[in-house]
Amino acid sequence: MNIEEKLYTVKYFPDNCSHLKPDDEKCKECESKICNVICPANVYEWNEDEQKMIVRYENCLECGACRITCEKKCLEWEFPRGTKGVMFKQG
Amino acid sequence: MSKDDSNIENKTDVIVVGGGPAGISAAVTVARSGKKVILIERGKFAGSKNVFGGAIYTKPTKEIFPDFEKTAPLERKNIEHKYALLGEEDSTVISYRQKDEDAESYTVIRSKFDRWMAKEAMKEGVIVVEETVVRELILDENRVVGIKTELEDYYSDIVILADGVNSLLSEQIGLKKEIKPEDVALSVKEVFKIPEEKINERFNINDDEGCIYQLFGGPMLGMLGLGFIYTNENSVSIGLGITLNELIERKINPYDLLEDLKSHPTIAPLIKDGELLEYSAHLIPEAGYKKLPELYAAGVMVAGDAGMLVNNIHWEGTNLAMISGKLAGETAIIALSKKDFSEKTLSRYQEALKKSFIMKDLYTYREVLDVLHKKSKDFLGYYPQKINGFFKIFTSVDCIPKRDKYREFIKSIFTDRKIPVLFSDFGNIIKLIGSVLK
Repeated sequence: MNIEEKLYTVKYFPDNCSHLKPDDEKCKECESKICNVICPANVYEWNEDEQKMIVRYENCLECGACRITCEKKCLEWEFPRGTKGVMFKQG
Repeated sequence: MSKDDSNIENKTDVIVVGGGPAGISAAVTVARSGKKVILIERGKFAGSKNVFGGAIYTKPTKEIFPDFEKTAPLERKNIEHKYALLGEEDSTVISYRQKDEDAESYTVIRSKFDRWMAKEAMKEGVIVVEETVVRELILDENRVVGIKTELEDYYSDIVILADGVNSLLSEQIGLKKEIKPEDVALSVKEVFKIPEEKINERFNINDDEGCIYQLFGGPMLGMLGLGFIYTNENSVSIGLGITLNELIERKINPYDLLEDLKSHPTIAPLIKDGELLEYSAHLIPEAGYKKLPELYAAGVMVAGDAGMLVNNIHWEGTNLAMISGKLAGETAIIALSKKDFSEKTLSRYQEALKKSFIMKDLYTYREVLDVLHKKSKDFLGYYPQKINGFFKIFTSVDCIPKRDKYREFIKSIFTDRKIPVLFSDFGNIIKLIGSVLK
């Protein structure tokens, strides 16, 4: 089963703006871009052509792993607004 | 804000941030003393942002809700614990089964159970405010005096932080330092819908009886990480947690490991034909005793995951959350009666934690995580494989004399590992046992 199929089972109330804000300038210099690898919801993807981080924040499971692993400490991470984000039914 | 703050609007005795087991336990403890308490939860309802394995424990839960077994939404009572050492294809399983009356935990679904707890707390006078994120703590000369939400500011004599593993608020006031990747495990979980009778058959249990699997090795061989399976009434939860720094070093994602775990020959039949109900992820505090954050300051206390109060060795979290919440609530009551919210008065919370099983257990295992971090390839890789290797030769029938096979097995240990390494392993085990007993 791939991650898209997994995420399809999750109930979300997406906001219209992102609660995850990486700093593209610093991401450019980041060699590992580890957020692209470890995020369990595949939220981050570096776009080489546009030199920017694509953030699929609406898929975020709000675990916080990206905040802790970010090497450049360039990720502004906050909880989604009160009515928004993931809603676990089977947690 | 002036010192005489009794006329301030939006002022209450205690504000609790976070409607999980720690926050609800703290809030209901305060409410029972007749004091005013507001519990603020960021999810649509208590439990809607929460993920665990998982089980709640009967005795600690009774300390908060003595009659919970009568009305709480419980899945199954766990009568069996299985410890499975997974090789690449094979496995060795140790199992402990007990009488139903002696079983001490239940599986629950957090969106149901935490919500039930919050409703019980409301009946006892806790004001529960949902769908509200606390963005900041309000300070007055280094004392926490209230909170800022997206909409309003609220003031209180005491704030109890039970805002979970990503406690931004305890970081804001410097109680908790920045979390390091080695101090948390990233856990992913999947819940599969499987008919009750099939669960009973596959796990050899009756209706309402549950079985817990703790999984070592397999796709996690050599990593500081563990897997789990819990049985719910009509579903099975399977997941794993790996220390974040292992994932970073190896550049792997936990869901790939979970896919491998699910296809392991020992595991696959247990969840066969199950329909995936939900995928989830969560961080688990793994700092241990030596790296615990500060748990109190003037006007504020920290409970549960926010305070990194998890016993990783025994997979305990909800019980530490509930009891730390209760102790924070009791300390708040004392402070309110003395009208003294200083750091010194609230240090009673730390004292109470020290006298309880919480700090005692965390102290017992203070060295274990360090050793496992350093020696995960050995203690969670080489030796589990070797145990499976032993059972392989012990059970094989192949016309080779048994003594030859034993000799070969013993010899392999000395060729796999140099003698100083074996001494070091042995030394670490002795050191661990010593530290646990000391």
